[in-house]
Amino acid sequence: MKRISAQAVTKAVRDMCISANRYQPEDVKAAIKAGEAGEDSPTAKEVFRQLSENIDLAAGTGLPLCQDTGLAVLFVTLGQEVYVEGNLSEAINEGVRQGYGEGLLRKSACDPFSRKNTGDNTPAVIHYDIVPGEALRIAFMAKGGGAENMSRVMMLAPAEGWEGVKKFVLTRVAESRSNPCPPIIIGIGIGGTFEHSAKLAKLALMRKLDDVNPEPDLAAKEEELLGLVNRLGIGPMGLGGRHTALGLKILTSPCHIASFPLAVNIQCHSSRHEEVEL
Amino acid sequence: MAVYEMKAPLSDEDARKLRSGDVVLLSGVVYTARDAAHKKLNDLLDQGADLPLELTGAVIYYVGPSPARPGYVIGSAGPTTSYRMDSFAPRLHSLGVKASIGKGIRNEAVKQSLKDYGAVYFGATGGAGALLSTCIKEAEVIAFPEMGPEALRKLRVEKLPLLVINDSVGGELYVQPDLRAAGL
Ligand code: SF4
Repeated sequence: MKRISAQAVTKAVRDMCISANRYQPEDVKAAIKAGEAGEDSPTAKEVFRQLSENIDLAAGTGLPLCQDTGLAVLFVTLGQEVYVEGNLSEAINEGVRQGYGEGLLRKSACDPFSRKNTGDNTPAVIHYDIVPGEALRIAFMAKGGGAENMSRVMMLAPAEGWEGVKKFVLTRVAESRSNPCPPIIIGIGIGGTFEHSAKLAKLALMRKLDDVNPEPDLAAKEEELLGLVNRLGIGPMGLGGRHTALGLKILTSPCHIASFPLAVNIQCHSSRHEEVEL
Repeated sequence: MAVYEMKAPLSDEDARKLRSGDVVLLSGVVYTARDAAHKKLNDLLDQGADLPLELTGAVIYYVGPSPARPGYVIGSAGPTTSYRMDSFAPRLHSLGVKASIGKGIRNEAVKQSLKDYGAVYFGATGGAGALLSTCIKEAEVIAFPEMGPEALRKLRVEKLPLLVINDSVGGELYVQPDLRAAGL
């Protein structure tokens, strides 16, 4: 049995909120640098140049990468041999409160109807998984509203299959055009139930851009669909170009014999996430 | 495609000469307003009340900045997605607003109002909030402070880099997705 204090959880979450909003992950940074070289149009090149400059400026000054520092989304993987001393959910929310407060990040959480801001960016959206072992892993994502608003869940008919997936995803990206700050990253969850597909889609956005799906069939599907998305030609900021998306990741799970749940979670180029193990 | 240095508030003449694809380095006074502030301004207009800003020639920046760090006038301050303000924009253009700054597509009613009132829609680079904040030299909350990031602010900007997306003669810079190439 491993003991972890609530304070240690709060501190880890606080630090991730601040650092993820300041430092773009290396894989995203590399994709943005490569994007500039890979475009022909001066406008597309200029967008990538500004994004690179923005990444360097944020790292150097501590300004957040984007003013929309997101709703806090956390994936907690709790080993069943871990004993957390204190209230785990409250410890995580306290970390968000401290991170967004002390880090001078924007508080973007509000009541859906009154639109009154909660003032401290809580409550965070927290997903828990219980696994064997003695480790507590916490992954944090700062999820901006512009890209999240372009996301959808669709219950396809099983007969629609992969062709149905391609059509739905391409149509979604085409309709979103410049709204979600392209070049985007596309997380796709297929299977499970209505809500499980959405969780898988968000988890897919936690994968590294340069990883390869261990399932060869899914790896081929990811490559095929990313290629098709980029043929749309929407380009950086919707101004035209080769890079509409920097990555497309699929996660799957078995589903009901009657169903084919499909979730498309759109992420912007400012893909801010980090993970710690306690 | 031309590059202009312009002053805000924008004159009618300046706004009308802009064409989609032009680059504008904008200096002067710009107001920030996003979802909640737009709703509030609209309610004030419905009530016939005075507005806390001068609309003639005004440039409205759709942004909810992050809090300022010590020694800075503002935090990161890039554009938010504009379509959420589409239902308010035509009324504001009819009252003298000459431009909005945001990111993402506008609906037909907004594009028509740009033609009707000689106004433009500027795009700034979404997700470059740290970089764009360096063009903001002064910032002051002038109304709705209770809205936090959504408060109405008066900014003084210097050479804010903008692209004309929609102009006053029906021009549009965003590309149409190539559905056929993607097999749709
Ligand atoms: S979509 Fe992403 S990059 Fe664009 S404004 Fe929102 S959080 Fe920032």
